[in-house]
Amino acid sequence: MQFSENWLRTFVNPPLDTDALGHLMTMAGLEVEEAHAVAPPFSGVVVARIVAAEKHPDADKLKLCKVDVGEGEPLQIVCGAPNAAVGMKVPCARVGAKLPGDFAIKAAKLRGVESFGMLCSARELGLSEDHAGLLALPDDAPVGTDIRAYLDLDDTAFEIKLTPNRADCLSLTGVAREVAALTGAPFTPAPLTLVPPTSAARRAIVLDAPQQCPRYCGRVISGVDAKAPTPTWMKDRLQRSGIRSISALVDITNYVMLELGQPLHAFDNAKLQGAIHVRLPKPGEELLLLNEQTVRPAPDTLLIADEARALALAGIMGGEETGVTLDTRELFLESAFFTPAAVAGRARAYGFASDASHRYERGVDFQLQRPAIERATQLVLEICGGEAGPVEEARSDADLPQRAEVALRPARVRKALGVELDDETMRALLERVHLEVRNLAVELRVTPPSFRFDIEIEEDLIEEIARLHGYDNIPAPSPRASLAMLPCTESARPDWAVRHRLAGRGFQEVVNFAFVEAAWERDFCANAAPIRLANPIASQMDTMRSSLIAGLVANLVTNRKRQQNRVRVFEIGRCFVRRAAPQGVAGEEVAGFWQPRRLAALAAGTALPEQWGEAARAVDFYDIKGDLEALFAPRALSFAPVEHPALHPGRAASVSLDGRVVGVVGEIHPLLAQRFELGASPVVFEVELDAALAAVKPESGDISRMPAVLRDLALVVPATVSAAQVLNALQEAAPATVREIALFDVYQGKGVEPNHKSLAFRIFMQDTQRTLEDAEVDEAVSGLLRHVERAVGGRLRV
Amino acid sequence: MDTLERLVSEARAAFDAAADAAALEQAKARFLGKSGLVTEQLKALGKLTPEEKRERGAAVNRAKAAIEAALEARRDGLRQAALAAQLAAERLDVTLPGRGSTIGGLHPVSRTMERIERLFHSIGFVVADGPEIETDWHNFTALNVPPNHPARSMQDTFFLEGEKDTLLRTHTSPVQVRSMLAHVERHRDADPMPDLRIIAPGRVYRVDSDATHSPMFHQVEGLWVGEGVSFADLKGVVADFLRDFFETDELKLRFRPSFFPFTEPSAEIDVAFMSGALEGRWLEVCGCGMVHPNVLRSGGFDPERYTGFAFGFGPDRLTMLRYGVNDLRLFFEGDLRFLGQFR
Repeated sequence: MQFSENWLRTFVNPPLDTDALGHLMTMAGLEVEEAHAVAPPFSGVVVARIVAAEKHPDADKLKLCKVDVGEGEPLQIVCGAPNAAVGMKVPCARVGAKLPGDFAIKAAKLRGVESFGMLCSARELGLSEDHAGLLALPDDAPVGTDIRAYLDLDDTAFEIKLTPNRADCLSLTGVAREVAALTGAPFTPAPLTLVPPTSAARRAIVLDAPQQCPRYCGRVISGVDAKAPTPTWMKDRLQRSGIRSISALVDITNYVMLELGQPLHAFDNAKLQGAIHVRLPKPGEELLLLNEQTVRPAPDTLLIADEARALALAGIMGGEETGVTLDTRELFLESAFFTPAAVAGRARAYGFASDASHRYERGVDFQLQRPAIERATQLVLEICGGEAGPVEEARSDADLPQRAEVALRPARVRKALGVELDDETMRALLERVHLEVRNLAVELRVTPPSFRFDIEIEEDLIEEIARLHGYDNIPAPSPRASLAMLPCTESARPDWAVRHRLAGRGFQEVVNFAFVEAAWERDFCANAAPIRLANPIASQMDTMRSSLIAGLVANLVTNRKRQQNRVRVFEIGRCFVRRAAPQGVAGEEVAGFWQPRRLAALAAGTALPEQWGEAARAVDFYDIKGDLEALFAPRALSFAPVEHPALHPGRAASVSLDGRVVGVVGEIHPLLAQRFELGASPVVFEVELDAALAAVKPESGDISRMPAVLRDLALVVPATVSAAQVLNALQEAAPATVREIALFDVYQGKGVEPNHKSLAFRIFMQDTQRTLEDAEVDEAVSGLLRHVERAVGGRLRV
Repeated sequence: MDTLERLVSEARAAFDAAADAAALEQAKARFLGKSGLVTEQLKALGKLTPEEKRERGAAVNRAKAAIEAALEARRDGLRQAALAAQLAAERLDVTLPGRGSTIGGLHPVSRTMERIERLFHSIGFVVADGPEIETDWHNFTALNVPPNHPARSMQDTFFLEGEKDTLLRTHTSPVQVRSMLAHVERHRDADPMPDLRIIAPGRVYRVDSDATHSPMFHQVEGLWVGEGVSFADLKGVVADFLRDFFETDELKLRFRPSFFPFTEPSAEIDVAFMSGALEGRWLEVCGCGMVHPNVLRSGGFDPERYTGFAFGFGPDRLTMLRYGVNDLRLFFEGDLRFLGQFR
């Protein structure tokens, strides 16, 4: 809601400057979003009349003007404006004036002719961008008057952001009432004169839907001059309130809406047939609106209709065909109360909002319809002339809102706010904002006025008391509470522990949007049932991701474009899968949507940053696998070949923890790498975050004092046998004295027969109680060999 | 100078002249070897009378000891020199860069979230979490926002194709309801129930995209419900948090009345720094208030007995203010040149 400060001050004028007034409103919940001066600072500019205008002797485009500024001899001023003409009233900056931008006006010679001042355009005064010519003032502008006073330029346009509960402040009257309550300054309401009817013209009104519209006032005004100009004061006030002047009749309805908060509508009475009906739509009914949109009203949209057709969407927007025009001679004014429930959400459903719907859906004072129609009548008669008929009022008392008493327990107020206020103070605060208070022994009973739609329960009153007492006046102590310790488990680590571990291994965290291109879900996830948004912000962001990998690939693409070729990124975020969550996994909060938090990382470019001491080498599968293993350490992961749409079929593995598959690791599929120009194929992993967060409490075991025995075994196996198969075979056959088996070399080539490879293991044997005998070590090793040969066809390399 | 003295000084001179261990061993042989000059002196003792022998013998032995000491000193000197030479040869250019990988970093907003979690954890708040595809009931209805409520127009919601009751959560507030329901379930038999104190960081979604709005952004929800939790407590907690988060007492705060369907009384909190680039400007950082009785009921609490407050911070905004980031979009572009600054 935007309005002029000076207009507000006609209703209430507290001894506060503009800044203080703005602060007062903000701190009372009417947040001032902007307060801009109507005109920039300038001085020394007065209303002047051009009494003579001749051509400059030495310049074709300049005029030599004599200008009456209301005192002494007319001033000689050289002026270049094309519209300067004798008899015109214009702003004149006299010698000594200061124009915006600290531009001082001095006596000067222009092409040899002396000039004592400057005639001004609107732009030169900072009033608008208009620089086509001098700002033409009305003929009745008094010569010599300071232009700031004449145009009321010492004014501020306030823009306040009203919360939806404060519909009562969607008018100057409402804001003024609030300012008066906060400051104690007297409140002068808008003049209200009842305009007695001077014609008998009337139109019947029928409330067919009284629950939605319990009160409707209408009035016919005949013989109006719709072409009459809107007075400057009204135009200025509207403009400073952000409303464009359209025509006198429309301007008057807008003006009264701003002044009182009652939306009005003006119909051309000649275009109406029979009684006005306020009703719900008939099947198939259509209506062309003022905004030139044709709508087919939904069954719950209230209409204004006559006996022939629908005329307007009640409380939302009038129809194009029956609105007033410059040719209107007879007016039918509407001033109605539509309930918030009858209007709420309707305008939005048609894709627009209007000043009227904005007010009705939040709540218009249901006692305001008659005063508003009288006020509007008075202004119409003043500005456009005409004869007013009687006010016709249709009303359903039973359906008008009731203002029930709300109980307020002062002790409850003190407890909820944590502040010691006595009962009397509370009562006084509430009465300041026109709430009626009855004092009962244990509680207050409070009745809100008709303009407040936000006071129904005790908390509403507690808020009102807090607001009027001033939030600033409520103390802010550190709270007292019982000091129970929070658990500190070792069976899980917090998110950020995982983040720090990855950062420590050179990965940078990123945050990507959860909605992605549909093609990503197809190409990277082979997702046959993607979750799509009904109202995406852009078509390339219309699908919820089921994997983080594509987003990291996109990060790689972006960074490569910026010459960052070594990229190591990770993300922790939710993925979205259209299916029930797997058994035993948390997160089935919304039926049919599994939303696991996942952790994914991508590495591309060289394994290490370019450096003098290490040969450059492209990052590969085993690098990222090492990062993944370090992330989970000390818990051991297991890996098995897997097919994945985004990954190289021979370089991808499923990742399992304690027998459960928790993710995937691999190299990006070469075709994808080629399509997105990723350079040497980047490597990625993606795992369930829950798995990465789980931790184990360490358990200490005996450290053996006995000497350890190391044996190295180089085993030749067919190339198709995996290292894990060989290791498993060794472990199966290992006696308890084998403490560790570590793979330390892989070899293929000279000395090993074709299609075979050699894997070298170090066997670490030790007993906690005694020194191992050579014989039993030899026996254990030959046992391992026998088993490996049986299980995977491995034999000792010779 | 007698013969022995001369011998000692010759030996010293010879040892000193030896440039390396081999030369030194040769020089040693000349004096102390089997037919060395000292040995000859000892052999010559045999021809003397016992009296002379004792006297001369002592003198020769002194000379021999002196020569041996000189030899040892020279050996030591040579060893030292050799070590010094070796160390000199092994000198490195210590200014060459270290070897190996570098470190990465957390996203700046994660950094902020971590600090927020730690600060609130220090006064007994635990982290809670909730789904991002959320039910209409949890996101709106349970939070006292019935269908058609004007407050729904304050937030433009992403809906899912073909779904009626699910949407992308527009705020982290649904976690309030989920946490309350879980708390009440867990402490069904406790009287009174222990306080519920949670902090819920996460991503939220709104149909909005321009220089200052991102369709996906972060929020941190906080909630404290218990017997006797008051609006003054809310002010205390939030004021403490902001001063600790920005690590300054040079921070002005103001609590403005506002409106949210799920709290009453409601407030918005503005901060103004007393120095720096943003000096004196009021910046909105938080929406908060006392939990609305309808929301307490949605969460299974009796609002007559329990009261609580809730607040929501924008960690993106806090991060921008804390680290001087001037464009929200930088957070979501994955540009390593930007992100790399937060290590």
